Amino acid sequence: MTWSATARGAHQPDNTAFTQQRLPAWQPLLSASITLPLFFCAGLAFIGLGLGLYYSSNGIKELEYDYTGNPGTGNCSVCAAEGQGRAPPPNCSCAWYFSLPELFPGPVYLYYELTNFYQNNRRYGVSRDDAQLSGLPSALHHPVNECAPYQFSAAGLPIAPCGAIANSLFNDSFSLWHQRRPGGPYVEVPLDRAAIAWWTDYHVKFRNPPLVNGSLALAFRGTAPPPNWHRPVYELSPDPNNTGFINQDFVVWMRTAALPTFRKLYARIRQGNYTAGLPRGAYRVNITYNYPVRVFGGHKLIIFSNISWMGGKNPFLGIAYLVVGSLCILMGFVMLVVYIRYQDQNDEDDDDE
Amino acid sequence: MGANDVSMIKAAHIGVGISGQEGMQAMLNSDFAFSQFCYLQRLLLVHGRWSYNRMCKFLSYFFYKNFVFTLVHFWYAFFNGFSAQAVYDTWFITCYNLIYTSLPVLGLSLFEQDVNETWSLHFPELYIPGQHNLYFNKKEFVKCLIHGIYSSFVLFFVPMGTIYNSERSDGKDISDIQTFCLIVQTSLIWMVTVQIALKTTYWTMISHFFIWGSLGFYFCILFFLYSDGLCLMFPSIFQFLGVARNTMNQSQIWLSLILSVILCVIPAFGYQFLQPLVWPVNVDKVFDRINHCKTRPPQVRVRTKLKHPSLRRSAYAFSHKQGFGALITSGKTTKTKPNKKNSFPVKK
Repeated sequence: MTWSATARGAHQPDNTAFTQQRLPAWQPLLSASITLPLFFCAGLAFIGLGLGLYYSSNGIKELEYDYTGNPGTGNCSVCAAEGQGRAPPPNCSCAWYFSLPELFPGPVYLYYELTNFYQNNRRYGVSRDDAQLSGLPSALHHPVNECAPYQFSAAGLPIAPCGAIANSLFNDSFSLWHQRRPGGPYVEVPLDRAAIAWWTDYHVKFRNPPLVNGSLALAFRGTAPPPNWHRPVYELSPDPNNTGFINQDFVVWMRTAALPTFRKLYARIRQGNYTAGLPRGAYRVNITYNYPVRVFGGHKLIIFSNISWMGGKNPFLGIAYLVVGSLCILMGFVMLVVYIRYQDQNDEDDDDE
Repeated sequence: MGANDVSMIKAAHIGVGISGQEGMQAMLNSDFAFSQFCYLQRLLLVHGRWSYNRMCKFLSYFFYKNFVFTLVHFWYAFFNGFSAQAVYDTWFITCYNLIYTSLPVLGLSLFEQDVNETWSLHFPELYIPGQHNLYFNKKEFVKCLIHGIYSSFVLFFVPMGTIYNSERSDGKDISDIQTFCLIVQTSLIWMVTVQIALKTTYWTMISHFFIWGSLGFYFCILFFLYSDGLCLMFPSIFQFLGVARNTMNQSQIWLSLILSVILCVIPAFGYQFLQPLVWPVNVDKVFDRINHCKTRPPQVRVRTKLKHPSLRRSAYAFSHKQGFGALITSGKTTKTKPNKKNSFPVKK
């Protein structure tokens, strides 16, 4: 670099606001007049919100029944005892009788809940082939390696749908019967099993492979069902719009849960005489007990619930907002006291100086 | 300064060279070079102090945001069988430090000023925290770590409580892992954005653009990565089809987000308010005086021009030997002020 006695300012840096760090700026000051009212307002707002959420959640009705079949808990224990140690467990049915003292307001939703089932285990969660499930014919016959050991069947055929998630599909089924008059016959309550999965899932994400000669079974020729399944994937349901990869139960199951205790939607009750909900009376749920949960110490539950604008019955948000609101107000008071006390002290110090 | 000062400049933490008559050697070896000795004051009190301030804020924020990001997995481990399942979408992990949070940090490090240059020069006491290593030391790091642990606790358990055995408003699933990932990701981005907004005290237009722009950019990228087109083209790589659309219209998600952000911010806010009151350091008193002066503009005093002989010294002498210091500082070698009263000798 040459350095010569040139005209003054030749090597001076730019004198703009940006280069000289004089950009116009807002410099907020965290003073008491901003902070304290903010805490109090936030606290009050949160308490109001918390009360609203809590009462909204309290207004939701929920009815649940644990049908795992632990000894002494009803007649599903018979099925549980039969199925112990035998794979696949034999066909067994049990029933749950309950009665509603008043109308269970609708629309009523029927869920099944599993506990101690770690669908969020990492190795389990990657054991799927989304390319196969999106209907790509090439992926249908070449499942990815992550699906191992559920990638190829014992005979060497590719498994469709591959992976541990698909293999562990929940296969219990329920039907609901209503006894209108005491001592009268049981009438089946129609369960709406359509559209229980996310719209984007069963319309976009999951697609059946292209039909061969108009037949789905032919499209799946050359593949095998997962080892734990009784039927191949194209026979999951008699309804041709609900079979194959786009079967609603399958799609709901493939949306893996985040926690070891989870529930999944089974059906809605909103048709016919039950649009307004479940009227009072005696009910029976017929359960086809297929799914073995006692081997891993899990539980199976069936749940009836209704829904509000904030989802199912979940008092957590309401209580959390109430707690945080009270905390804000408490902290506001503490800070106010501290501020007054130390401000007086500082004023005395300043006067002394 | 001459070439014999080069070793001194290189040995120092910061070597400053003054360009002048004696050649360029010292200047080329220095970290900073300027033309006049008096600019040293600005280098230290303005730029040096700002640089220290920015560095410390940057470090504590950077550590904090990465602690929150990572420690959520510690809490999740108890609920996923210790299987190392990530709480985020893999694309979020890739983009977090690179895209979503890089620009705000850059803005903070480039433009942050606690007081402007005039006040910095007026109150040299503000330089003391840098000398005593007050703004980022082991204690500050531990505070940062504790705040990160607490934030990660909130960031995990509030979404978990929200989705535990819960459903969407149309009865369908909300407690799946992809929705959970989305809630935690979005809460995290909001949380670190609010945290950097609290830390920034000098809001230029560029700061606004970087901070709020990064937040908006996150949402744009989110909807892009979870869109139908991209996910159908590469189904195994982009697996979160439809999650953003299906989740963002649920009010409980937004309520959970607000709750986690507020819960994280309250301790920081409260500490920032209480610390200068209850545990003030000397520098806080200076800030108080500055704020006091800013709110009350000083009255313009009418100055009368006083004619007095200037006491400006025009020559400097430096000695390596002992001996002349006492003579020079005794004042005997300076011109005395003519006493106005005795300017005219009065005949007695």
